[in-house]
Amino acid sequence: MDLSVTLAGERPLHLKNPVITASGTFGYGVEFAPYGDLTSLGAIVVKGLSLKPRSGNPTPRIAETTSGMLNAVGLQNDGVENFVRHTLPRLPWQELPVIANIYATEPQDFAELGAILAAEEGIAALEVNISCPNVKQGGILFGQDPRLAAAVTKAVRKAAPNKHLMVKLSPNVTDIAAIARAVADAGADSLACINTLSGMAVDVRSRRPRLANVIGGLSGPAIKPVALRCVWQVCNAVSIPVVGLGGIASAEDALEFILVGASAVQVGTANFFRPDFAFDLVRELPKACEKLGVHSLEELRGSLRV
Amino acid sequence: MSQPASSLLTVLDLVPFGQSNGLDTQFFALRLERPSWTAWKPGQFMMVRPTSFGLDLPWGRPFGICHMTAQHLICFFQVVGRGTQRMAALKSGDKVQVWGPLGNGFAMEDKPTLLLAGGMGIVPFIGYVHEHHQPWNLTMLFGHRQPLNCYPVDSINERITVDSLRESAVGDLDNLIFSLRERMADVGEQNGLVLACGPLPFLKTVQQFALELKVRTQLSLENKMACGVGACLGCVCQSTENYPVAAKRNWPVQVCTHGPVFWADQISLD
Ligand SMILES: Cc1cc2nc3c(=O)[nH]c(=O)nc-3n(C[C@H](O)[C@H](O)[C@H](O)COP(=O)(O)OP(=O)(O)OC[C@H]3O[C@@H](n4cnc5c(N)ncnc54)[C@H](O)[C@@H]3O)c2cc1C
Ligand SMILES: Cc1cc2nc3c(=O)[nH]c(=O)nc-3n(C[C@H](O)[C@H](O)[C@H](O)COP(=O)(O)O)c2cc1C
Ligand code: FES
Repeated sequence: MDLSVTLAGERPLHLKNPVITASGTFGYGVEFAPYGDLTSLGAIVVKGLSLKPRSGNPTPRIAETTSGMLNAVGLQNDGVENFVRHTLPRLPWQELPVIANIYATEPQDFAELGAILAAEEGIAALEVNISCPNVKQGGILFGQDPRLAAAVTKAVRKAAPNKHLMVKLSPNVTDIAAIARAVADAGADSLACINTLSGMAVDVRSRRPRLANVIGGLSGPAIKPVALRCVWQVCNAVSIPVVGLGGIASAEDALEFILVGASAVQVGTANFFRPDFAFDLVRELPKACEKLGVHSLEELRGSLRV
Repeated sequence: MSQPASSLLTVLDLVPFGQSNGLDTQFFALRLERPSWTAWKPGQFMMVRPTSFGLDLPWGRPFGICHMTAQHLICFFQVVGRGTQRMAALKSGDKVQVWGPLGNGFAMEDKPTLLLAGGMGIVPFIGYVHEHHQPWNLTMLFGHRQPLNCYPVDSINERITVDSLRESAVGDLDNLIFSLRERMADVGEQNGLVLACGPLPFLKTVQQFALELKVRTQLSLENKMACGVGACLGCVCQSTENYPVAAKRNWPVQVCTHGPVFWADQISLD
């Protein structure tokens, strides 16, 4: 079964299959090489990159919750220069689209990141994180305000005119469709939907929060219904391709996102269920389609009967 | 060192260990079908995730690899929370996802080596004692709270001398700390090696003595982990300026991939 997908538009992004690994849950990709053939994946999104190395938040930074987890890693990363120089050459980018997830606190820094990555042949697309709820300064503001979200999109668009530009939306908003439209109008090629939901967990015995940062981002199966709702609303609001994510833990989950209109999907927290999860998902997708009597993803895409 | 792999293994059996006082502590040996990997180093660990975790417990749990034969792989665990509770209900025939071997393992030298184990921190030393070419150079000090027969000490006892100290009354801990320091000083004088694994307060004490007495000491950490492969950045500990990789000095490093074993002067436990 042909699973290939194109995120169509001015700068199309071709994928062998719709399975993309989500930022922050798949390291830089190399960590998972022992567990499967990276080039069998649709694409990988690397851990969020910032201009300068960031040491992230204090520990504990992660907490397991029922059917999910909270994280307040605080975007620890080695910085974009280190990534480009040392890690990107170790990835099979000739055969696997590598998507760089970028994070900054000012549109100017976003633009600078865009410019650095625009010059890298090994980068297939940029994913702009306008929605990180973990970092105290800024971040969250971009994703919650249509004008700020559009400003960041424009800044990166201008700095990296040659790259496919995916903007990753936050679910922590009252009207996600409005943000989606603003970002699409500002020149995004596609949208990724959703990032983590703001949440917290407490320990009743010690009376302490279970994250040092108190508040963190919820991910995993627990958020799937919210994610599906967001993807559905966004797909109805814009005409650019939408990549759905949030709680995907099986091939059938992935098909649900495609059914509500997603062109492709990302898997995040499920990569922690076992490191070979994403590779298996690629193998399981055709079987799940067959079970439903579906012969192509196109047949399923956006075919929700309401 | 062999390349790690992930596989779905069948549970051969689950054997309860000893008898513990409290209702909430239980000790088990979990025997699994052998995975595809065979080479591993004592101190390395694996992530274990029974299919019974379903979707509600997303993370696997890290456990020391302690024994492997042509037929099986054994680990020992204590019930402390939701995951280990569910593991205590495993039956033969159940399926468990296992990925490993992970992490770096302990140093092994032909020198007097003192093994310091606190509670279930004894587990990685089972393999260590069996792999070591000079068992006569090894001694162990074992601090524990539950009766000795709750812990897998027999196979260690067969090969080396184990001094165990049970912490049941006030003052026991002071005794343990006192002997700890004395024994570490002894080994230090012989330019030997100290290896420690146990709860954080125990490791902090060992670290403090290691720095004070200038004894070469390795600590094995038991941080919470989600992925075990270096991806989630949840298990990090802070390195010091002595960390060997320049770019990672005074920086949060993943315990799952850069550890779990660290030289005492290269990390901060605060
Ligand atoms: C490298 C490594 C090797 C290890 N090797 C071994 C080994 O060989 N044998 C072994 O027994 N252990 C070992 N451990 C420790 C083992 O991984 C943990 O005991 C296990 O992961 C606990 O899982 P759990 O779900 O039962 O507990 P968790 O639910 O994760 O709870 C752990 C602790 O948190 C507390 N807790 C539980 N629920 C909550 C809550 N809702 N809020 C706040 N606190 C809570 C518990 O009381 C407990 O003290 C190792 C750890 C590491 C990192
Ligand atoms: C530990 C962790 C780290 C993450 N880091 C990032 C990040 O750096 N940038 C980003 O855009 N999203 C990050 N995310 C969010 C995920 O990419 C994803 O949007 C979210 O987890 C929802 O998908 P899931 O339920 O499949 O995990 C992170 C998630 C987790 C669990
Ligand atoms: S457990 Fe995920 S980075 Fe160590």
